[in-house]
Amino acid sequence: MIKPPPVNTTPLDERSRELRRQIVRMLEKGGRGHVGSAFSIVEILRVLYDDFLKYDPKAPRSPQRDRFILSKGHGCLALYVLLAEKGFFPESELWKFCKPDGILGGHPEYGKVPGVEASTGSLGHGLPIAVGFALNARHEKAGYRMVVVSSDGESNEGSVWEAALCAGKHKLSNLTVLVDYNKQQSYGTTYEVLDLEPFADKWRAFGFAVQEVDGHDVGQLRAALGRTPFDSNKPSAIICHTIKGKGASFVENNLNWHHKNKVTDEEIKSLLAELEAKP
Amino acid sequence: MRKTCLDMVYELARKDPRIFFIGSDLGVGTLKQFKAEMPGRFLMEGVSEANVVGMAAGLALEGKIVYVNTIATFLTRRCFDQVVLDLCLHNANVRLIANGGGVVYAPLGPTHEAIEDIAIFRALPRMTILAPADAEEMRRLMPATVDHQGPIYIRLGKGGDPVVTNDRVPFRIGKAYPMKEGSDALIVSTGVMLKAALDAAGSLEAAGIKAAVLHVPTVKPFDQDTFLELARRVPVIVSVEEHTVIGGLGGAVAEIIAEADFKSPKRFRRIGIPDVFPDQYGSQASLLKRYDITAEKIVSVVRQLA
Repeated sequence: MIKPPPVNTTPLDERSRELRRQIVRMLEKGGRGHVGSAFSIVEILRVLYDDFLKYDPKAPRSPQRDRFILSKGHGCLALYVLLAEKGFFPESELWKFCKPDGILGGHPEYGKVPGVEASTGSLGHGLPIAVGFALNARHEKAGYRMVVVSSDGESNEGSVWEAALCAGKHKLSNLTVLVDYNKQQSYGTTYEVLDLEPFADKWRAFGFAVQEVDGHDVGQLRAALGRTPFDSNKPSAIICHTIKGKGASFVENNLNWHHKNKVTDEEIKSLLAELEAKP
Repeated sequence: MRKTCLDMVYELARKDPRIFFIGSDLGVGTLKQFKAEMPGRFLMEGVSEANVVGMAAGLALEGKIVYVNTIATFLTRRCFDQVVLDLCLHNANVRLIANGGGVVYAPLGPTHEAIEDIAIFRALPRMTILAPADAEEMRRLMPATVDHQGPIYIRLGKGGDPVVTNDRVPFRIGKAYPMKEGSDALIVSTGVMLKAALDAAGSLEAAGIKAAVLHVPTVKPFDQDTFLELARRVPVIVSVEEHTVIGGLGGAVAEIIAEADFKSPKRFRRIGIPDVFPDQYGSQASLLKRYDITAEKIVSVVRQLA
């Protein structure tokens, strides 16, 4: 039986819609981008940067900061919008997305983008690197927390599970993984391409304490993050049930919007119109 | 050489709290003392090279110097994407200690024979490739790996390799060492092949042919200046390596010769493994013989060209 695409009717508030409008403006200027993948994680990143992570945009390498890695690097449009808003770099950089003179590429790069802890884009790299960061924090008795945003498609990669085993073995309670589970990957649904179910149980079996949330409900995200570590002897995983393309009806669950390398003025207009409207 | 290398990791770690060690699933008792004395900096993380290299990068980005050790083929082939991105792109201070460079693991077959490791790593920006000749050189080399910025690949020999270097010259990363003078030919070698190169030069000398020997323990970055200084003076150049003739030491030398605009013509040959997977078991020595990577072969090639 073919499983239907997921449904999520959680309304988006003005902040969530404005962040998406910024993504659309970047898309317009850059002419390309992983739109669906970015819309999927807007609430996850918003809650992390508004309510959870400790950071100082003026001292992005400050030793006390929490470390964050967007392991699904292709979702970077959402990250860039937040980093600019928080003051890691001027907003003008957003309008040079993928341009020769810009610092913001189609995947986030360490050393180029203030606030980016590791270059990602090739899937399956963020969690192993994060294990290293988290082990270092424990070794140095440093208080920083390590947060990774991964995804369902990324969980096809064996290295994710190698790192999950390792994090479980070391009981890295200072590590939290938020998994963007929108059930869509590039070619089709995750059920069809490479089924991950029972997904939460897999993370549990690898030694994580797991909670599942509506990944577009900022209240649920805040509450779950506030409860981390869920178990003082385990790393935490938050499975975020999301919709790829959440926020614009014609993008939601539409695989043609996974990655766009050509966007018409009409499409930009329609996107902005939908995101202007009150839910 | 391997024992010396790991002993040095222990010695260096005792002095430098930044040093971590990560093994995959190494032999029982490996670095026992390190583990006992510095348990927080000793990690054995299983047969999961992608994760091991990634976590090493994470530790390095936090200011640590991480020595990773497993079999050469698994450090080069198995986690190539992690080496390229997590180590090279981040310029991470991770040192890959690769057991069994070349055909050391002859009895175990092609899965364990690192015959193209230098070629694939030589193509990576920021990667440094070291292949010392013996345990003595390893002892001099290891301290230089501590404060070097960027990833390093350290290619190990079999162990018990004959000692052919001495501490006349301190080891420097990026430096090639003239081991013997000669004006008729230049033999360029890396790693444990220095012994064959020196033996060959000795035999040639007895036959009246003066062959210089240049030892290249740092294959990348290649010491072009020292090489050219010696190469200019000779009509014949031969490279020798325990590695495919494609893209390794011979490849590096060929590239430099091709662009050197020498005033006098040079004849050049590469001695190494041909473009095949080794098709026999046996021993390192028997495979080197099978593929003609021997002092005798160097002698005959030089005599033919000189």
